Amino acid sequence: MLTNDKVPLIREKALWMRRTAFTMVHRAQLGHPGGDFSAMDILATLYFGVMNYDPKRPDWAGRDRFVMSKGHATGALYSALCAAGYFPEEWLPTYMQPKSLLNGHPNRNYLPGVETNTGPLGHGFPVATGIAIAGQLSGASYRTFVLTGDGEQQEGSNWEAAMVAGHRKLSHLTLIIDRNRLQQGAGTEETSGLDPLDEKYRAFGWEVFEVDGHDPAALLALLSAEPGGKPRCVIANTVKGKGVSFMEGVASWHHGVPNAAQYEQAMKELV
Amino acid sequence: MATAAHTDPGFQDCRNAWVAALEQLAEADPRIVAVVNDSVGSSKLGSFQKKFPDRLINVGIAEQVMVGIGAGLANGGRIPFVSAASCFITGRALEQIKADIAYASFNVKLVGQSSGVAYGELGATHHSIEDFAWLRPLTNLTVIVPADAWETAEAVKWAAAHEGPVYLRLSRMPVPDLDIPNRSFRPGQAEVVRQGDDLAIIACGTTVHLAAAAATRLASRDIAARVLNFSTLNPLDEAALHAAAATGAIVTVEEASVRGGLGGAVAEFTSAHRPVPVERVGFPGFLPTGSTDWLFEEHGLSAEGIEAAALRALRRKG
Repeated sequence: MLTNDKVPLIREKALWMRRTAFTMVHRAQLGHPGGDFSAMDILATLYFGVMNYDPKRPDWAGRDRFVMSKGHATGALYSALCAAGYFPEEWLPTYMQPKSLLNGHPNRNYLPGVETNTGPLGHGFPVATGIAIAGQLSGASYRTFVLTGDGEQQEGSNWEAAMVAGHRKLSHLTLIIDRNRLQQGAGTEETSGLDPLDEKYRAFGWEVFEVDGHDPAALLALLSAEPGGKPRCVIANTVKGKGVSFMEGVASWHHGVPNAAQYEQAMKELV
Repeated sequence: MATAAHTDPGFQDCRNAWVAALEQLAEADPRIVAVVNDSVGSSKLGSFQKKFPDRLINVGIAEQVMVGIGAGLANGGRIPFVSAASCFITGRALEQIKADIAYASFNVKLVGQSSGVAYGELGATHHSIEDFAWLRPLTNLTVIVPADAWETAEAVKWAAAHEGPVYLRLSRMPVPDLDIPNRSFRPGQAEVVRQGDDLAIIACGTTVHLAAAAATRLASRDIAARVLNFSTLNPLDEAALHAAAATGAIVTVEEASVRGGLGGAVAEFTSAHRPVPVERVGFPGFLPTGSTDWLFEEHGLSAEGIEAAALRALRRKG
């Protein structure tokens, strides 16, 4: 299939995932929809255009890995894993209910397709670095993709990982930064500024690209490009809450939850 | 008999047993790798590095990513032994140990080197006496504190074969091999070093031989002390604790803080199941600088100190 032929499927899946995630959040009256929605097109592109995996064999050694370092964005991750066939839709309404497999933050021991447990920020990227080292040691061809939030980049552990990955030239590792420019209470630049992220990662030995994080064709081209000689950092410029008018660019939707009227309106917009 | 001295010529540095076992395992199993925070020398991994240069992953001075990389290597099918000074691996990377290793249940072996007060003179930043209290609540993490060189090698071999997260707490301070015939390593089970029913002395790591020496002194007072090598701190050997409580008095001994470690575990258990006096020998909190031997003597980690604690426990036995 030509790369661009996948774009309609990615768009269709991303729409389903947004509707699904918002329904989960509405039902649970819990969640992080702002960050779910900024990441949604990235996940849809990875799972329906880029990654090589088999939901029937989640432990297949040769699978491409996706690590959700921003572990609070379970609305995005669970809707993607469900759409990818890792678990049935019937599980979705249990989101955050007592003893649900769909925990507020992902747990690999409960849920197939989850590569590592995340939640505290700055954990997924180091683990993804270890996965990439394992692949490099054995000459494996699998690729490792890790998504961090942009505010998450304030955690120092990420820069330890950036240094190790750059030093070891982990060509099969791709870091995607969900650059929605908002953390939970305010803008990243007014909290503890991150710019220029591109120059920082270049200085750490990475190839750096910037992309519209809501443009599946552009994401697809970038993320499916053959690995080069360095780890790759993709700064995906996104909008928190993307796709629902009243959430877009509003920090309080980081962990805001919709009332009935807001839910109805969102469902009307997400078509 | 030496009391707290770590200088007896017959004593052994358990790190030699650790590396010999690891190299032997790595020869046989290509999945085994070592991950360090620039601690090749203090982990005694120089020879491992020469034999398996690609399989020694030095991440630099960066404990958080060191432990995270351990989890990732396990995801990629490797069996990583992540080795660093125990004060740093457990303190600096505690959340990684909790979330990435224990909670995520990755097959990673964490190795805390130079634990307790091995770095006595370097001060409280380099003492690792809090690690038991930090790690014991992580229910999925097996915590093993070998008492001598033999047990160190056995624990390393067992950890490699065991599917699941393990913390091995090693020391750099030489200790004698325990004098126990026909030993076999049984994780999760206390090892009886000496039989006795007047009280039980429950020790781990570098203090077990001191507990045995204390029991010898108590015997000359016609007091029969049971000595247990409680090398697995997590999970607890509850049967051994029930039996120990049945003696009516317990002394715990550890090269660690008396808050939340082995003594804490025993006190939790006895208070719930069979309240008996428990005298905890160990460190009260941040310690002054001083040699390892001095710190041991000063805090009763000696045959005489443990004997005195036993007499206190017996007085409280009623």
